[in-house]
Amino acid sequence: MSAIVGTKSSLTWAVHLSLVAMVVLWLFPTVGLLVSSFRTTDQISTSGWWNSLSSSEQNLTLRTDAPDTQIEKDGLFIIEGNLFGEASDADISVWGTSSRSIDDYTPGDVAELKNGTTVTVAANGDYLMQSEVPMDGRRGQRVFVTAQTPPEFTLDNYRNVLLDKNNRQGMTKAFFNTLTVTIPATVIPVLVAAFAAYALAWMDFPGRALLVAAVVGLLVVPLQLALIPLLKLHNEIGIGKGYLGAWLAHTGFGLPLAIYLLRNYMVGLPRDIIENAKVDGATDFQIFVKIILPLSFPALASFAIFQFLWTWNDLLVALVFLIDSSGETTVMTKQIVELLGTRGGNWEILATSAFVSIAVPLGVFFAMQRYLVRGLLAGSVK
Amino acid sequence: MTNLTLTNVEKTYPGNINVLNNINLDIKTGELIVFVGPSGCGKSTLLRMIAGLETITDGEFTIDGARMNEMPPAQRGVAMVFQSYALYPHMTVRDNMAFALKIAKKSQADIDAAIDKVADKLQLTEYLDRLPKALSGGQRQRVAIGRSIVRDPKVYLFDEPLSNLDAALRVATRIEIAQLKESMPQSTMVYVTHDQVEAMTLATRIVVLANKGIAQVGSPLELYETPENEFVAQFIGSPAMNLLPGKIVDTGDTTRISVTNGGGVINSSVATREDMKGAAVNVGIRPEHMVPETSENYAFESTVEISEALGEVTQLYFERQDADSSPVIAKLQGIHRNVRNKSMRMSADPSKIHLFADGKSLHYQ
Amino acid sequence: MHPAFQAILTIIIGVGGCVGYFYFSNQFLDKVVFPSRGPNAGRNITRANMVRPWLFLFPALAALSIYLAYPVVETLRLSLTERLPGNRSQFVGFANYQQMLSEAKFKEALLNNLLWLVVVPAFSTAFGLLAAQLSDRVRWGNIAKSLIFMPMAISFVGAAVIWKLVYDTRPIDQEQIGALNALYLFFGGDAPVTWMTQIPWNSFLLMAVLVWIQTGFAMVILSAALRGIPEETIEAAIVDGANPFQVFFKIKVPQIMSTIVVVWTTITIVVLKVFDIVFAMTNGQWETQVLANYMYDKLFRANDWGVGSASAMVIMLLVSPILIWNVYNARKEMQ
Repeated sequence: MSAIVGTKSSLTWAVHLSLVAMVVLWLFPTVGLLVSSFRTTDQISTSGWWNSLSSSEQNLTLRTDAPDTQIEKDGLFIIEGNLFGEASDADISVWGTSSRSIDDYTPGDVAELKNGTTVTVAANGDYLMQSEVPMDGRRGQRVFVTAQTPPEFTLDNYRNVLLDKNNRQGMTKAFFNTLTVTIPATVIPVLVAAFAAYALAWMDFPGRALLVAAVVGLLVVPLQLALIPLLKLHNEIGIGKGYLGAWLAHTGFGLPLAIYLLRNYMVGLPRDIIENAKVDGATDFQIFVKIILPLSFPALASFAIFQFLWTWNDLLVALVFLIDSSGETTVMTKQIVELLGTRGGNWEILATSAFVSIAVPLGVFFAMQRYLVRGLLAGSVK
Repeated sequence: MTNLTLTNVEKTYPGNINVLNNINLDIKTGELIVFVGPSGCGKSTLLRMIAGLETITDGEFTIDGARMNEMPPAQRGVAMVFQSYALYPHMTVRDNMAFALKIAKKSQADIDAAIDKVADKLQLTEYLDRLPKALSGGQRQRVAIGRSIVRDPKVYLFDEPLSNLDAALRVATRIEIAQLKESMPQSTMVYVTHDQVEAMTLATRIVVLANKGIAQVGSPLELYETPENEFVAQFIGSPAMNLLPGKIVDTGDTTRISVTNGGGVINSSVATREDMKGAAVNVGIRPEHMVPETSENYAFESTVEISEALGEVTQLYFERQDADSSPVIAKLQGIHRNVRNKSMRMSADPSKIHLFADGKSLHYQ
Repeated sequence: MHPAFQAILTIIIGVGGCVGYFYFSNQFLDKVVFPSRGPNAGRNITRANMVRPWLFLFPALAALSIYLAYPVVETLRLSLTERLPGNRSQFVGFANYQQMLSEAKFKEALLNNLLWLVVVPAFSTAFGLLAAQLSDRVRWGNIAKSLIFMPMAISFVGAAVIWKLVYDTRPIDQEQIGALNALYLFFGGDAPVTWMTQIPWNSFLLMAVLVWIQTGFAMVILSAALRGIPEETIEAAIVDGANPFQVFFKIKVPQIMSTIVVVWTTITIVVLKVFDIVFAMTNGQWETQVLANYMYDKLFRANDWGVGSASAMVIMLLVSPILIWNVYNARKEMQ
């Protein structure tokens, strides 16, 4: 297209700008959560996350060290130090010693206090307090500063959510529980569906066309229908609530798509190769394991990614089939919903927990996007 | 010793679609049998029935006297080379060749020895560790052939193995297959093609399939010189044999026929009985056997509509009776200028003139 | 035991059992039931090959029938019965449906769902088409696509948290940390709004979350369809004097109409099952109820299986035209 003569450049700019706008709009909410998960409670609740990347002007109330740290030097009593505790990147623009006038002085000015005490504050927070008589009082002098503080991020939220053993709402256990649900709930349907898809694609038996049609029909059956009958069934046959039930449920619900995708793919494999293997003496089982499985890798990967994302992100199946009253088998999605209820305002915890649960699927997504796209195309365009 | 016999073999697909009927064929050790026929004649189906990839609806198929109808392909001792090569794309050339041997649980040493020997024979040694997609079409075809040789089968089956190659490569590979066959005189091969040049050059015997059955079985030259029926006569040879309607005017060791269109009377060395006198026949003359005639003993006289000068030969297309009939074609040696729109008399040597009644050759009556 | 070890052990048992079934059942068939040796080898192999498809299919068929086919029938039955104490039940005809229809909350859920059914597929498809068309024309299109596609990987619950932050409200005297309120005030709004209680805007704000997720899906499919359009038709249109907009709407869109329909119906099915977003963000309060969440409420909070099953059947009913259409097409394709 670009080679066509006389294409307007204004339109090209419009295309670029519209796309940039769209990408920003789509990315903005997620970035917000990511950034928030690295901010402290105070930062999150006092300013929008979009302010965190630039330095912010803050009004702070700080104290000098207490009088008992004063030293005598050349007949003067001195307290020396930094208002921020240690040297910081902060940049003080104005300061004051009274809450009524916090902008009396600029850095370097000398403020007169009672009893002839003077104090001077530098832009980086270093201060010097001098007096001819010993200073008294229990606490240090209050100093009000207006300072530019640079962006500041912390890993404390993640430490708290992931590593703190005393945090009953931590995500570690839920993370492993989610993993325990997800891996078999991905591998089992892939395996079961691959065998079934091979049979439906390449083996001759009566009723094959009917079965394919049935699979297509089951593709759209909402899993809501299955909740009560299956919960009843699980209770009756003694599975109850637990991993086995969740695996089976995920397998059942994932199978129609799996069989559909894999069969469509396998039907497209060259007939000659399979027949050649037959002439070479391979049994159906050998053909399946040695020829079909390796050749179907792209389709297997596509579906595996789907199923992985779906089971990792699932809430409903876990609520109904997995999590019992003890809560020992809780998964991350459930944990987050809990947090939304009990800690709705604590964004540092919410954001961090949510990001812990999102991180793995996002990683898989970016690593295996090619297969995901291929699977989507195979699953819908046909 | 490997004999294949097909006795009254029949193939009917579900829905009563009959594709092959009454096939009787005896294939002897060391023969290279070629199945030819127009597309859809069932030649590939017949090959696949021999391989065991299609069930045999009726009749019996034996290898060395043992009934094979129910045997799965693997147990028949056959190897097959497919048109699409059917190489396993995820395996190297070596693994492709080893696949069948591994399944048969041969020892690794035997497998290596067999592969090395065949790879050497087919000049594949340097490609053994490549994947099929890194090979050219001709190399892939050699791998497919090599893969079948490695197994040392009783019977080789080829399903249009050269159709996917370009013209030049096809000729080269055809010659390789001929040489391969020569180097393995005891192996039996069945070869399917729609290309009559392949059939003529490779075959020990050709099986022409048409109308759900066998039209004729014979050596290439038998089919050319003494076709049993009009179908084989027209199928073998290019351009196809001309068939001119006529009537027998004199019988005996030499038959005299008057040709309906174009008005000539001509002799044929085909002998006829007296009671055939007056019978309607088709006179078959191959284009390459036509010669211009000046005497009164000619087959027909007609106007040349188109002349194609190819240098080596000149092809003449004579005026047609009506738009739907195919023109009579003559293929003359050398260059003939200024023949277009001229009226010419054509005839042929009596020994080259075939006679067909009701589609069947009178040669065999 | 560390949860990680426990997880690995459970995983090995689950997956191993499955692999074991396929391996040993095939071994059993070939070695014990119909051995491929001896005088009847040929016949035995043929017989084994008649049994094998069912060996391959058995686990899948069992799971499909128990986990999808049986529940449809059972839910239908439950929707016509009432639970009695002591694990008994009684046939009550359409009483559950009547009760459901008389509930204001159900009408609200149904209406909302119909609204979702119009809005979400429409906007997702439109945005997806836009993104596909735009990204195919720039060099960094693949990166753009990848970023717009990314929400597909995020769980509905995660998306709910992400968007709750966007919709967050702080008292008027504090700085707003929710982007929507910050924007609202920036453009002259006088007071921050608690968006989740604003009827009817709250429903649309929930829909925005699903649109955000589904646009990437629509984009990927439509982009492939756009690229499948024969280049010649576009070049012919340009030579005929069509401007870029005419090329897009008169040449490209008509040619990918069937794909647009597929995308639309696929998103429709997702919408009908939407549960997590509403469950996590409003739980159906402030008139944002949808069918799936209504059903969950009835089943697990009110413990009313009859009405819950009846509402599940309503979802099934809404899906069934698509189901029939799909099966019809699949059968046509098979022939």
